[in-house]
Amino acid sequence: MNAPLQIVSGFLRRLGEATLFFFAILAALPAALLRPRLIVQQLYMIGVLSLVIIVISGSFIGMVLALQGYRTLTNFGAAGSLGVLVVFSVVRELGPVVTALLFAGRAGSALAAEIGLMKATDQLAGMEMMAVDPIRRVVAPRFLAGFFAMPLLAAIFSLMAIGYGGAHLMGVIVLGVDDGAYWSQIHQSLHPHDVVESLIKSLVFGTAVNWIAVYQGYHAAPTSEGVSRATTSTVVVSSLAILALDFVLTAFMFRS
Amino acid sequence: MTSAATDDVLVRVRGLRFAFGSRRIYDGVDLDIARGKLTAILGPSGTGKTTLLRLIGGQWRPQAGTIEFDGTDVHKLPRRGLFELRKRMGLLFQQGALLTDLTVFDNVAFPLREHSGLPERLIRDIVLMKLEAVGLRGAASLYPEQISGGMARRVALARAIALEPQLVMYDEPFTGQDPISLGVLMRLIHTLNQTLGLTSIVVSHDVAEVLSIADYAYVVSGGKVQDHGTPEAIRASRSPWVQQFLQGAPDGPVPFHYPAARSYAEELGAVAP
Repeated sequence: MNAPLQIVSGFLRRLGEATLFFFAILAALPAALLRPRLIVQQLYMIGVLSLVIIVISGSFIGMVLALQGYRTLTNFGAAGSLGVLVVFSVVRELGPVVTALLFAGRAGSALAAEIGLMKATDQLAGMEMMAVDPIRRVVAPRFLAGFFAMPLLAAIFSLMAIGYGGAHLMGVIVLGVDDGAYWSQIHQSLHPHDVVESLIKSLVFGTAVNWIAVYQGYHAAPTSEGVSRATTSTVVVSSLAILALDFVLTAFMFRS
Repeated sequence: MTSAATDDVLVRVRGLRFAFGSRRIYDGVDLDIARGKLTAILGPSGTGKTTLLRLIGGQWRPQAGTIEFDGTDVHKLPRRGLFELRKRMGLLFQQGALLTDLTVFDNVAFPLREHSGLPERLIRDIVLMKLEAVGLRGAASLYPEQISGGMARRVALARAIALEPQLVMYDEPFTGQDPISLGVLMRLIHTLNQTLGLTSIVVSHDVAEVLSIADYAYVVSGGKVQDHGTPEAIRASRSPWVQQFLQGAPDGPVPFHYPAARSYAEELGAVAP
């Protein structure tokens, strides 16, 4: 009888703690913005070092999408519409969602582990004793860098998936879809609001993943097991949050 | 001059009570840390010596009692005030707590860059002076993973004194050190305390080493101060707690066995509970 209550109260306590932590990060953002060097450093760690996985994944997903799409469209004699299928699938859904899932696995877990280890080795406590606020010095620049990096990575993923290394390579070069038709279909069907919706999704997912990662790292138990749990929790909770948020955002965008 | 400034006591602890959950660490402790002196806090492992430093630094809050630093109640300060106060303190963590993504030089420069507003050229000179004082100017470009544990503590010491604080607190500075590193650290702590006019608190269970450099010592155990005085007075103490600690006796007021809810015989089923 008590166990479910304890689980609910524990969840609510952590949710409240995470919300307060989020507001503390927001309060620290203006000070972090005044030190762009710290943000650029983290943009490299979070964004640039994630490029390889994003580029390769984008290419393969684009190629698979072209293969599957071509097979289905050919049944209806509409292989020329491959560009439409690819661009809608990638820009509206796969780009932001898959990028966010990869981002959670690559950058989110690294963020949680780094901050968790800093806590376990007293680096955060050391900063506090040097009168330096770790949220302002460590957490806020990483959060901001992740916030900026996520839409850029999603855009790169989408370009790779749609472009010459992904669906175009498979659909046009290998399967023989007309090159002009492929690009003109994309050009005619893609509207600015599709790009805006994709951007909104990327920003929301990026905020969620970064918030979860820095929270898990900052509140990790200062042990090796604690850091391990924080890293795992970041990937699991972020992935679920991305999928849930995607449903909510898509439902709103579908209605509008 | 304020009364605080003329006071011989820099840190005054009164009626300190602190517990982790149901485990009581301090149960009404009074301590005075004299200005300009090197005070040792001795006691067995797990008695809360490190906890005391974190309480003085305002990182943790006591359940009762007060801790005053230079006449200011540490735990009544708002966060901003507490951070201002901490600029006048340095804490040397047990493992150094160096920032692993920065070089030795940048670690020492860190508090200066954060707080001093000095030009980079002046910061460079100050950092080199601090590193020279701890004998590690030649290691300025190395990263923390490239230096030994003893060197890391000396870097941490250089960082702790970078802002020229009034108080430096050392958390188990000698643990795990080879005899040479231990001797170097002892001499550094003693020399810096005297030459810079610092007030120092050294928390340790390395009795002989600490008593050889301390001006005054407190022995803490069982949540209370068991005895205090000059090193000579501590060595001559009649307190069974102090004697057990000094002689390294396995059993005494500090029991060998951690308290258990049931007796050994009951646990083995030899007698009915």
